[in-house]
Amino acid sequence: MNAVTSQRTARKAAPGPEEGHSRLFALRRFALTLLLVVACLAAGDTHACAATSLVHKRAPEFVRTGLDHKRLDLNAYRGKVILLNFWATWCAPCQVEMPSFVDWQKKYGPRGLQVIGISLDDDPALVRSLYSKLKLNYPVAMGDVKLGDLYGGVLGLPVTYLIDRHGMIQAEYQGEADLGKIEMQLQLLLPSR
Amino acid sequence: MKFTFISRPSVAVGLATLVLLFVCAQCPAQFTPLTGPGSADSIPQAQLIQPEELVHLLQATGTGKPLLLQVGSHLLFDEAHITGSVYAGAGSQPSGLQQLQSMVASFSKKKFIVLYCGCCPWNRCPNLGPAFKQLHDMGFSNVKVLYLANNLGADWVAKGYPVERSH
Repeated sequence: MNAVTSQRTARKAAPGPEEGHSRLFALRRFALTLLLVVACLAAGDTHACAATSLVHKRAPEFVRTGLDHKRLDLNAYRGKVILLNFWATWCAPCQVEMPSFVDWQKKYGPRGLQVIGISLDDDPALVRSLYSKLKLNYPVAMGDVKLGDLYGGVLGLPVTYLIDRHGMIQAEYQGEADLGKIEMQLQLLLPSR
Repeated sequence: MKFTFISRPSVAVGLATLVLLFVCAQCPAQFTPLTGPGSADSIPQAQLIQPEELVHLLQATGTGKPLLLQVGSHLLFDEAHITGSVYAGAGSQPSGLQQLQSMVASFSKKKFIVLYCGCCPWNRCPNLGPAFKQLHDMGFSNVKVLYLANNLGADWVAKGYPVERSH
């Protein structure tokens, strides 16, 4: 055995703290990728991976004014895991999902989750009314054609994206998604405790 | 033979997660469809038209072309709509039904009309049932409803069927 091979063998047998950390990181990335693939295969009825054009791409940036009249800049949330949800008051499955998003904002907010809602309603008054009724605890802004185009054309609701801490889209769900799967995937994107 | 790269706990966590995922995939659907007159499911099967059939109708020459009305979201209509279709108001809103009523008021009751929406999965659409009922109650006898199982994007645009945008 020559010296180079010997060094490699020694490294494999006794990883240092840095190497162990990078292996752990690689393992987490591998596990996340595997989970997304399995989720896509298993969720044939939910279109979890039907339109994958934006997955693994940088989330298109946008700035809008929220219902609370505050500036809503996607870029300002860089460093957080973002659950970006396109919804509307007339969309029944959207309203089934939203109470879970409220719960997750409470539960995972301290760990770095930020839920953001974009309403594709025509009338902001209806959105404000439902915002109060559902006691939404995350920012919501009105969407428009330009924003829909940025996200590849939102031509059916609900649509939800999971964006990682680096601004990359890691998952896209169209239609009636399985909330258990979304929660499992966002947990993987959040930093370890 | 020693496996030092992947520790046993990691393997266990990975396997457990995979098992959980597959178990979740087998869970029954968590949402119940709309029922009653507001549901698209309330529209008689005979009144449905499939996307392929509508494409053939639109490509045909002559007078057999229907009046195509979108009865869902105006914003989604502006993003993309079936070529030649007209926005007729959201069927789930009283103001939308009023708009639909005004739009067709001058037409013959035998006018061939096709309604579509595509905002949500078929059995969750709040617009088509009321819009169809409105036309039925007005006496229109040649009304079809486009069956889009998931939404306009997946069942029409993604298939390369003709679409246009509002300007």
